[in-house]
Order: sequence, then C-alpha cells, then structure tokens
Amino acid sequence: MRCDELDVQLSEVAGGNVELSRPVRRHVEGCLRCQAELVQYRRILGVLRSMRIEVLEPAPGLIAEILTQIEIAGERTAIRSLLTNHKVAYFGGIAAATAAGAAGAILVASRTRRSRVSLAS
Amino acid sequence: MNESPDEMTELVAAAREGDRDAFDELVRRTTAGTYTLALRLTNNEEDARDVTQEAYLRAYRGLKNYRGDAQFTTWLYRITANCASTFMTTRRRHRHDEVPEGVEFADLRAQSEVEGGASNAELRDQLEWALAQLPPRLRAVVVLRDVYDLPHEAIAAELGISVSAAKVRLHRARHKLRSTLYPELDEVEVRAV
Repeated sequence: MRCDELDVQLSEVAGGNVELSRPVRRHVEGCLRCQAELVQYRRILGVLRSMRIEVLEPAPGLIAEILTQIEIAGERTAIRSLLTNHKVAYFGGIAAATAAGAAGAILVASRTRRSRVSLAS
Repeated sequence: MNESPDEMTELVAAAREGDRDAFDELVRRTTAGTYTLALRLTNNEEDARDVTQEAYLRAYRGLKNYRGDAQFTTWLYRITANCASTFMTTRRRHRHDEVPEGVEFADLRAQSEVEGGASNAELRDQLEWALAQLPPRLRAVVVLRDVYDLPHEAIAAELGISVSAAKVRLHRARHKLRSTLYPELDEVEVRAV
C-alpha cells in the first residue's frame, strides 16, 4: 500500500469517525506527506462545519410566495374533503332510501299475507 | 435556523393539529435556513427558491407523518435534500451544462494562496468556490454530511442511493475539495506504508 491510498482513512480520521490502525498510525507519524494531508482535511472539515451556522437571506418575497402556495394547497385539500363528504352523504342518502323502501315492501307483503290467512279461516 | 426548542415544539404540535397560523410561523422562522441549504445544494438562487417552496409544500402535506423523533429543522433538511435531488435530476435531463465528474478544476493558487498561513476566511471563500464546482451529486453528499451533519443512512434515503454509494461519493467529494484547495500535495512523492 502507498501513502496516497490512505486518503479515505485520513479524511475519516479528520472527520472524527475512525482511528487509524497501529501500522498506519506509525506510518503517518513518520510521513510528512500524510501529516500534511491530515491537517488539510481537518482544516477543510472544520470550515465546512462552521458553515452550518451561516444563513444566507433569500431575496424578499420568498416567504410570501411560500405562504400563498400553502394557502392554495390548503384550499384544494379543503375542497377535496368537502367533495368527499358530499359524496358520502349522497350515497348514504340513497342507501338509506333503498333500505327504507325495502323495509316498507316487506311490511306491506307481510300484512297482505296475514289478511289473506284470516279471510281464508 | 433561529430555533427555540420549546417554542418550536409547541408550534409544530399546533401545526399538526391543523393550526395554519402555527405552520406559517414555522415557515417564517425556518425559511432562511432551508433556503441556505437549497442554495448550497443547487448552487443557483432561482432553483433554490423553487426547491424551498416545494420543500414547504411537502412539509405541509406530510406534517402528520412527522413523529418528532428528530428536530423539526432536521426533518425539514431531509425534505429539502430530497426535493433538491429530484429537482436536479429532472433539470439534468433537460440541461447538459453540468461539470462532468472527471473534470479537474483550475489551480486555485493563481487566485489566492491557501497553503500555509491562509486565514479561515480565505479558506472559507476558496471552499465555497470549490463546492460550487463539484458535480451536484458529490456536492449534495458533502454538504449534507459535513455541513449539516446528517447520518449516511438519512443522506442515502433522501438521495435515493445506497449507504455505501453515499460513503463513496463523500470520499470523492472530500478528495476533490482537498486536491483543489491544496494541489501541491498531489505533486509530493508518495511512500510505501
């Protein structure tokens, strides 16, 4: 293995994720190239981490645009749920009317049968 | 993102119950941070605005799925990363002006000496430039991991790649950044380990 192949390990060590194995550590301790590479990765990762707290302000108007989009999305959802509720009410009404009709028919049929039986007797 | 944990938790809880004012307040408090991430991922102000808008729409629609096991902003970062990835993939199909992965960048030493005693501010400027030159697929991974500290698993999930692919991309991105900022090291003779 050559020391330029330690690139991945050195970047991970700089990121604080892993420790070097003993032979690799011994090599790095005696190799100025690897030491320089490790320092460079540490500096780069340090600056990258510091970027997290930086905030870049968007051009004015973005928040208003987002809130408008959400308003529209909210209205669409409300209309959809209203339509769904109407559909449920409509089909529910039809089902109730059908059930009532069927019950009425059964009642009439049973009364007719009872009156025929009493006439015959 | 300017976030007081208790207030944010209350706002998120209210928004999940359907309180639109609470969600609007969450948008106001987090927009700059979300936009910053979107800009770092897309490297274009107009694209960043589109990605930010799409991220909030998805957040609004998916708020009921937010379980509160991560910070709200972390959840939002993940949505933003996913939106940016989708956006960049779609755009790549229509445009072909991205920098191919194999292309080497210009030697930055001509613009400013970064080696040795360069200050953090100088290095930071150089790094911003180098990040902008990375191919989007590499830039996304290094920004999400090394700037925003998202775990490899989350990055892989949001970018639609495997965890091992995310790790490989991270190492490629770090290597490119280092060799762009410190090209002289690549000229130093290597030794056997």
